[in-house]
Amino acid sequence: MKIQLKLFSMAKEIAGYGDRTMELPSGSHAETVLNMLTDRHPKLSPWRPILRVAVNWEYVDKTYPLQDGDEVAIIPPVSGG
Amino acid sequence: MVSIVTESIDVKAIVNAVGTSSAGAIDVFIGTTRDNSKGRKVLQLEYEAYTPMATKKMEMIEREATERWEIQEMAMVHRVGIVPPGEASVVIAVSSAHRDEAFKACRYLIDRLKEVVPIWKREYFADGTVEWSQHTHEQGTAGKIGQ
Repeated sequence: MKIQLKLFSMAKEIAGYGDRTMELPSGSHAETVLNMLTDRHPKLSPWRPILRVAVNWEYVDKTYPLQDGDEVAIIPPVSGG
Repeated sequence: MVSIVTESIDVKAIVNAVGTSSAGAIDVFIGTTRDNSKGRKVLQLEYEAYTPMATKKMEMIEREATERWEIQEMAMVHRVGIVPPGEASVVIAVSSAHRDEAFKACRYLIDRLKEVVPIWKREYFADGTVEWSQHTHEQGTAGKIGQ
């Protein structure tokens, strides 16, 4: 299945892109995306404990099951205001 | 009403927007950009938003406030892109029949915004470095880091 990956803030800076289509094995969950990302971009690993995942504009747990076409965003600690 | 804008925030328009003839109070919070951070001089700030989710989360926070207090009207506006020091990066306004509700709701809205709304601040320092900010130095009163 394919998901639309969105990266922001320092996650986007480290990876070097903000939007990408990602191919995932069926049965993947939110954590699968974090695993693949930190494998591809080891510099993201130190940040991993504080990265949140949002699916279709809603925060989800790491075990959240993904579906084809989901928009999956990696949310570093927010700092608005 | 929630909004994410790229230009200067019109505070007066927001205050007017929440005013009603039955309101006895309008509380306004204006978050402005500092020219210093951790003892270092900051030249400018830049905000990035995950706009559709940020809008959704701001609407959610407004609903939360409505469940807690007797509010008449609310507005939350966040600016993104480059914001020069001293300018408003966020404006929140709440109207209610009596001041206590407006004060409490306004405080709640800004605290929750800082916890859950996907917006990020980047500081450009005078020494040439650029850093993504984290809210580790402040603590809100809204409580849990909610969904």
